[in-house]
Amino acid sequence: MKILVCISKVPDTTSKITFKDGDTKFKTDNIQFIVNPYDEWYALVRALELKEAAGGSVSIIHVGPAENDPIIRKALAIGADNAFRINAEAKDAYYTAFQIAAHAREEAYDLILVGKETIDFNGSAIGGMLAQMLEMPFESMCSNLQIDDNKLTVEREIEGGKEISEINLPCVVSAKKDLAEQRIPNMRGIMAARTKPLQVLEAQDCEALTHIEKFERLPEKGACKYIDAEHPEELLNLLHNEAKVI
Amino acid sequence: MAIDQFQGVDYFLIDELLSDEHKLIRNSVRDWVKKEVSPIIEECAQKAVFPEQIIPGLAGMGAFGTFIPEVYGCPGLDQISYGLIMQELERCDSGIRSTASVQGSLAMFPIYTFGSEEQRKKYLPKMASGEWMGCFGLTEPNHGSDPGGMETHFEDQGDYVLLNGAKMWISNAPFARVAIVWAKDENGIIRGLIVERGMEGFSTPEMHGKWSLRASATGELIFNNVKVPKENILPNVKGLKGPLSCLSSARYGIAWGAIGAAMDCYDTALRYTRERKQFGKAIAAFQLSQKKLAEMLTEITKAQLLTWRLGVLKNEQKATPAQISMAKRNNVEMALNCARNARQLLGAMGIMGDYPIMRHMMNLESVITYEGTHEIHLLITGKDITGLNAFV
Repeated sequence: MKILVCISKVPDTTSKITFKDGDTKFKTDNIQFIVNPYDEWYALVRALELKEAAGGSVSIIHVGPAENDPIIRKALAIGADNAFRINAEAKDAYYTAFQIAAHAREEAYDLILVGKETIDFNGSAIGGMLAQMLEMPFESMCSNLQIDDNKLTVEREIEGGKEISEINLPCVVSAKKDLAEQRIPNMRGIMAARTKPLQVLEAQDCEALTHIEKFERLPEKGACKYIDAEHPEELLNLLHNEAKVI
Repeated sequence: MAIDQFQGVDYFLIDELLSDEHKLIRNSVRDWVKKEVSPIIEECAQKAVFPEQIIPGLAGMGAFGTFIPEVYGCPGLDQISYGLIMQELERCDSGIRSTASVQGSLAMFPIYTFGSEEQRKKYLPKMASGEWMGCFGLTEPNHGSDPGGMETHFEDQGDYVLLNGAKMWISNAPFARVAIVWAKDENGIIRGLIVERGMEGFSTPEMHGKWSLRASATGELIFNNVKVPKENILPNVKGLKGPLSCLSSARYGIAWGAIGAAMDCYDTALRYTRERKQFGKAIAAFQLSQKKLAEMLTEITKAQLLTWRLGVLKNEQKATPAQISMAKRNNVEMALNCARNARQLLGAMGIMGDYPIMRHMMNLESVITYEGTHEIHLLITGKDITGLNAFV
């Protein structure tokens, strides 16, 4: 089983988010970056579990500049065998998927895992685009994944229950919570990561299909008004006349 | 205890002085502590129990023999990595850091530094994995700051020596498999002996009733005609230099560890004072609160820079015992002051186990005394700058 796991770099969940250049760019000064948790905790760890159970290899791919290498080293410290970094800024989802697909075509992976979304831009687009570009089946937001006889059984939570489906390999799967349990790198893993191969690949020519017009922060929360429980009509009055929502 | 919400404290962007691998190590240990130790530490401290179940995890995090080479089954990392691991452990609890300090700097370090190749190969891999835990016997009931006056002694009996005496205030003693014991030979020369649990006449009664380091096990080492094989004597050191060099290594780790405790107190107090309202506003908005918080952060930042520099010097093998004394003394007092100020900022909640403040404060009362008292470290600096010995 040859598995590829796509990882992204995202701001730490406690970061204060601000923008620059007329609110068109995320301001990265003093931001701590981490591996996107859906990629690290679920996609990567499930890939490692599959490898541990049935053999094979787990490779990492990341689209980004050299300054992003620490997140790749972390993925290697957790247990991936080797890594590829496409040396380019990830301009948009299409551009990123295009670069990963170009690499994946060369390597013939059995399974490609991505997180269900990044926790910063929440695009959820890479997995589907990648599957389309590689002409592979795609299962999104899987919370359970089993492999038997070259067939993949995946479980997805749907409204009111679960959907269990079977797809053929090779395929692309996006991971959500419960697919695996976070692994914290230990010192042996961190030391082993020093010498694991990290190959830098040049980007293919590709135009981004989208560009950011503007970012806006959520409006500040308004003051909270308390209504006397004895006078529910006051709530109706405020919702109708002040908030104008009913 | 409430969910561990700790966030690193780095006002002067000191992370930029660390390598990517240092940060990965620090963050991994922090994540591990939050997952495995924070949820249980308060109960362990309240019940005065050392959580032995975390020993394999501590080993996995490289906490045992961090800087000893890989050939002996150890991580073989640098001194800054060692410091960062100690910082993250003590950020949770000084008792947990103490267990790791004793194992790495006081038990494994002397075997690595003064032991024979056979001793290194026999003990270090099992100690690095946590299978064998170690302790360090120097302090005696009547000899604390004056270890040269120790009474524990041994006599040559041919193939073995006969060890007699007692050690006190020994971290890890109740469960240790291996004890590094410092004792005088017939000529009054201090030697290091590796004493193993199970040797006849060797017992390790636990000391109960501590108000500090309650999540760490402390005991006595009692030697009653213990036959110690001669191959268990550390061959490559004689005199006080042996135990004192171990203490230098441990004190270096404590200098980092104390910053961890201080950061936890500051982080807790900052979060609490922003949320707690009195007179209609958050108490962080009052000048007296801000004075405490600002001074805590200033002192933490100074200690971080001092200790990072000490780590660089230690990596270059240029750090002196006196520099280590200065850092240990400064940082532990700084952490204790942070704990006391944080306790005050949290008001009555500061004494409750829902927050780590009081536990840190009580722990640090030990840390400021052990591995060289606050006063002794001052005299070490005094002697270093004047050339005059004021100990006696």
